[in-house]
Amino acid sequence: MFDKLELRLSGSGGQGVILAAIIIADAAIEQGINAIQTQSYGPEARGGSSKAEVIISKDEINFPKVTTPNILLALTQNSYDKYIATLDKNGILVVDESVDIVHDAPYTIYSLPILETAQNKLGTHMVSNIVSVGALYALIGEDVIDKDIMLKSITNRVPPVTVDKNISAFEEGIKLIRG
Amino acid sequence: MNTNCSNLTEKYFRVNRLPHIWCPGCGHGTLMNTVVRAIDKLGLNKDEVVLVSGIGCSSRAPGYLDFNTLHTTHGRALAFATGIKLANPKLHVIVIMGDGDSSAIGGNHLIHAARRNIDITTIVFNNNIYGMTGGQYSPTTPYGDFATTAPFGNIDKPFDLCSLAQGAGATYVGRATAYHAPMMQKLIENGLKNKGFSFIEGLSLCPTYYGRKNKKGNAVKMHTFFKDNCVDVKVLEKNPEKAENKILLGEFYNNPKPEYTESYQVIIDKFQNK
Amino acid sequence: MNSEKKYKLLQGNEACVEGALAAGMRFFAGYPITPSTEIAEISAQKLPQLGGKFIQMEDELASMAAIIGGSLAGLKSMTATSGPGFSLMQENFGYAAITEIPCVIVNVQRGGPSTGLPTSPAQGEIMQAKWGTHGDHPVVALTPNSVQETYEYAIEAFNIAEKYRTPVILLMDETVGHMREKLQFKDPSEIKVVNRKKPTCKPEEYIAYKPDEDMIPPMASFGEGYRYHVTGLTHDETGFPTNNNEISGKLVQRIVDKVEKNIDDITFYEEYKMEDAEIVIVAFGGVSRAAKSAVDNMRNNNIKVGMFRPITIWPFLEKQISAVSEKAKEIYVAEMNLGQYFIEVDRVAGKKCPVKKINKITGELITPKEISDAVMGGRE
Repeated sequence: MFDKLELRLSGSGGQGVILAAIIIADAAIEQGINAIQTQSYGPEARGGSSKAEVIISKDEINFPKVTTPNILLALTQNSYDKYIATLDKNGILVVDESVDIVHDAPYTIYSLPILETAQNKLGTHMVSNIVSVGALYALIGEDVIDKDIMLKSITNRVPPVTVDKNISAFEEGIKLIRG
Repeated sequence: MNTNCSNLTEKYFRVNRLPHIWCPGCGHGTLMNTVVRAIDKLGLNKDEVVLVSGIGCSSRAPGYLDFNTLHTTHGRALAFATGIKLANPKLHVIVIMGDGDSSAIGGNHLIHAARRNIDITTIVFNNNIYGMTGGQYSPTTPYGDFATTAPFGNIDKPFDLCSLAQGAGATYVGRATAYHAPMMQKLIENGLKNKGFSFIEGLSLCPTYYGRKNKKGNAVKMHTFFKDNCVDVKVLEKNPEKAENKILLGEFYNNPKPEYTESYQVIIDKFQNK
Repeated sequence: MNSEKKYKLLQGNEACVEGALAAGMRFFAGYPITPSTEIAEISAQKLPQLGGKFIQMEDELASMAAIIGGSLAGLKSMTATSGPGFSLMQENFGYAAITEIPCVIVNVQRGGPSTGLPTSPAQGEIMQAKWGTHGDHPVVALTPNSVQETYEYAIEAFNIAEKYRTPVILLMDETVGHMREKLQFKDPSEIKVVNRKKPTCKPEEYIAYKPDEDMIPPMASFGEGYRYHVTGLTHDETGFPTNNNEISGKLVQRIVDKVEKNIDDITFYEEYKMEDAEIVIVAFGGVSRAAKSAVDNMRNNNIKVGMFRPITIWPFLEKQISAVSEKAKEIYVAEMNLGQYFIEVDRVAGKKCPVKKINKITGELITPKEISDAVMGGRE
């Protein structure tokens, strides 16, 4: 039963992980559960690695920062190397398949063709963040946030002309987990 | 002439704040008078006139005058005035500053107010010295002159304030002196009529500090200096040789451009008409 | 038209502008600086749509001057900045205090001193907020700890500024400024908006700085027909400068008293699990979020701990801190500086119980574990 989830989304600057985190947080409050979203700023946010965090919880959220995420998304080797040590040992790791990972780790691992799906199935790497949202959503579960609400959140937050493409990206992301 | 002095005094001065604090012979009183005469000539509504000043001898002028008057911090008069003008563009905003006030501590505010071309008429009472603090050199103290902080002669080069203002974007620029009071009045009138940033430099005199330190003689002698050493900029057209080694006076620049608060109103109107 | 949602996921900085606009802000002057810049950006976007004015000034000296000018011309005015800009604003903060011109100054605190850590949270301007400008003067500073509170206390900041004719500081930190949370908008009918007291007399009878019984003089805007003089020099009731020692002293005393003697009206704080608390953590802003989690965690281990959270940082909540010290066995002051609020807490509570510090100046929010470790370590 869902109580509280802490997510850390990481990648390289420009991959849109902050928007991905905002979309999840937005959907959560629309669902009527508590959410808080934070991110790193500064040189770290301009090129190089980038990270954003979301906490969603049935209860009031006090401490706003994620320390030990239940779910870690890493789209690049750099971000995996940087944040893997923070992942809860019973947590879930979602990485792009291009990332080399240590396989005998205690957490559940999903190594997915996120970047390839964006580029080859949807025709642009720009939507890899929304493919990621799809994958993360499949793990968070429909019992936590309604799919309609997720779709609305994406629609509201992406540029209007890209809505259809992003919705497709979201669906593809879900498929990466559910097959 | 119906605008004799006593009428003007009664109409525009806070008589109970007089006498003023300026030294005998100081040029500031004359310059203040030209401001009042210009306002009177244009028939501006006193309730809509705002006078803003910074700190220094010049800054005391607004206190003597019966308008909305704001005596601010050193150098910042234009920044306060910018807030007033943008908040209520109907007001006629006039800023009176000194040379150090406007071009040392307030130099950055001067160039940016000019750059925006916000409708403020700025009048600098330039006496080439910090008078209020007792005679230190300012950004307009001539090279080689003496001041309490330049006991061996000033090695700073002075600003040409009018060139500075024009270069920064002022759309009306002129200079006169306390001796050339009618010209000063005319320039202020034109500055007030210009819908944009107007900059009028009024050369003043400080017999007490600058004059004494530099052996310039008494106030009469300093006025005579202005009389003998200034020429109207118009001479450049026909007799440029007459301008040699002289101080140029008159209207240097008059080139209206879009005014800041009007441009902002255009943005507001876009939403109002939706 | 009215299908607009009453809530939104927003950053603290965005909520600050929403609150300010709800309170009637119609003038903003500022200069870009991390981590407060969003406040200027959103003001630039929204103000002209409401007929209000935004201007980006040449620096923070000018920004502070411009909002005083804007307020004097009749518009509710605000600026926003961070550390280095806050230092520059101190000059004209004092001017607003002595000339009694209402305005709101937001400082989203980042790591200092100097350029410091531009993108990281800190709480290093607690003392600067109080003593940053020279001379004795009134200071009101409010510190929200969530997006919702940022909205609500932005409104409160304007109301206090207008009511008491004084500059008010909304003292945020980067944590609160940049985090996104749900903001529940209030219906305009639920929002109390205070406007400055205007003169009711004829212009020729107006004595600009003559206070009413409540110590506050009515304020006319420039352009309304009440021609008067405003100066940063000490002045008498007419507003004109005076060197009279007695009048000068009385003026400064009055502007301080009008705030300090009304402290109950501007006192805001939260008490969390304080009923039986033997150990009290004093924390505010972003750090109080960690403190609350730490209290919960320690309560699970049967430690009788609670949190006192001042929202009004200045004036100092002497009465409440004194009451806390009557019951507490130990007080910990947790803050992202080397112990600034601690000085005041220790001054008031130190005679009754030990007051200890929990500090962090790395540019990271203090964690719940760091707080509970400090408290538990102190007990072993």
